[in-house]
Amino acid sequence: MTEIGLGHYLTLGAIIFSIGIIGIFLNRKNIIVILMSIELILLAVNINLVSFSIFLGDLTGQVFTLFILTVAAAEAAIGLAIIVVYYRNSGTIRVEHIDELKG
Amino acid sequence: MIAHSIFFYTFSIIAIVSAIMVTASKNTVHSVFFLILDFISISCLFIMIGAEFLGMIMLIVYVGAVAVLFLFVVMMLNVAQQKNQWFSSEASSKHIPVGLIISTLIFVELIIVVGGWKYKPDLFDINNSLELAKVSNTHSLGQVLYTDYIHVFQISGMILLVAMIGAIVLTFRKRVGVKTQSYIKQISRERSDGVSLLNVEFKKGVKIDD
Repeated sequence: MTEIGLGHYLTLGAIIFSIGIIGIFLNRKNIIVILMSIELILLAVNINLVSFSIFLGDLTGQVFTLFILTVAAAEAAIGLAIIVVYYRNSGTIRVEHIDELKG
Repeated sequence: MIAHSIFFYTFSIIAIVSAIMVTASKNTVHSVFFLILDFISISCLFIMIGAEFLGMIMLIVYVGAVAVLFLFVVMMLNVAQQKNQWFSSEASSKHIPVGLIISTLIFVELIIVVGGWKYKPDLFDINNSLELAKVSNTHSLGQVLYTDYIHVFQISGMILLVAMIGAIVLTFRKRVGVKTQSYIKQISRERSDGVSLLNVEFKKGVKIDD
C-alpha cells in the first residue's frame, strides 16, 4: 500500500488489455461481445496515455486520448451497423456460424 | 495519500472485475451493463488522477452514446439469451489454450516493461507543472487542442461524419410497397405535366383520357 505511482496505472492498463484479448479469443457467443472487448482494449490504451500524460506533465497524451475516443466511437457505430446488416441477411451473429470466408 | 491509495484500489478492482464479467457473463445485456460499470470506474480514476475533462468526456461519449448504442443493438437483434458455450462445444475448445497463451504472454511482456522502467530521478519534481500554471485541465487542453492540433481535430470531425454516413448507408434499405415522398419528383414536376387546357364545347362534356 505504498504511494500510487505511474507503475500502478500501467499495471491496471496491462490487466485490462489482457482481459480484452482473452475476451476476443474465448468468446463463442456473438460478435457484439468481441466489439466490447475491443472497446476494453482501447480503454486500456487510454489509461496508459492519460497516466503517462499526468505523470510526465505533458498534455499530448490527453489530446491523443481524445482522438482515440473519437475513433472508438466511429468504430463502434460502423461495427454495429455491419452486425445489424449481417443479422438481417443471415439471421445469426454467432461466431462459429460466420465462416463463409473459411479463414 | 492514504485516501488516494484506497480510492485507486477500489476503482481499479471494480474495473478489473467488471472487465472480466464483460467477457464471461452469459447474458449479453449484462455484458453491456458491466461495460458501463467499467467505463464509469475508469473515468473516476481519470478524474482522481487530475484529467477531469477526459473523465467527463468518457462518461458522456462511452456511457452516454457507445454503451447505449450497444444496448440498443443487443436488444434489437434478440441475441441476449444465447447460451455461452466456452467449454462445451469442441469447436471452441481449441481456441481456449491459444487465447490464454497469447494473452498471458502479452500480460507478462507488459509487466516486464512496466517493472523494468527506469525513472529519471527528477521525473516527479516537474509533474506539478500543469498545476503550477493555475489553469484548469480543461482550459489547458483546449489551448493545446485548438492551436497545435487543430488540423487533427478537424480530421477527427470528418471521421465522425464519415462514420455517421457509413452507418446510415449500411443499414438503409428501400422497402417495396411503402409510399414515400420523393422530393426529386416533386421538384421536377412542370406545369405542363399536371395542367392541360381543353377547348370545351358547350353542353358536350369533357373526355379525359387517363
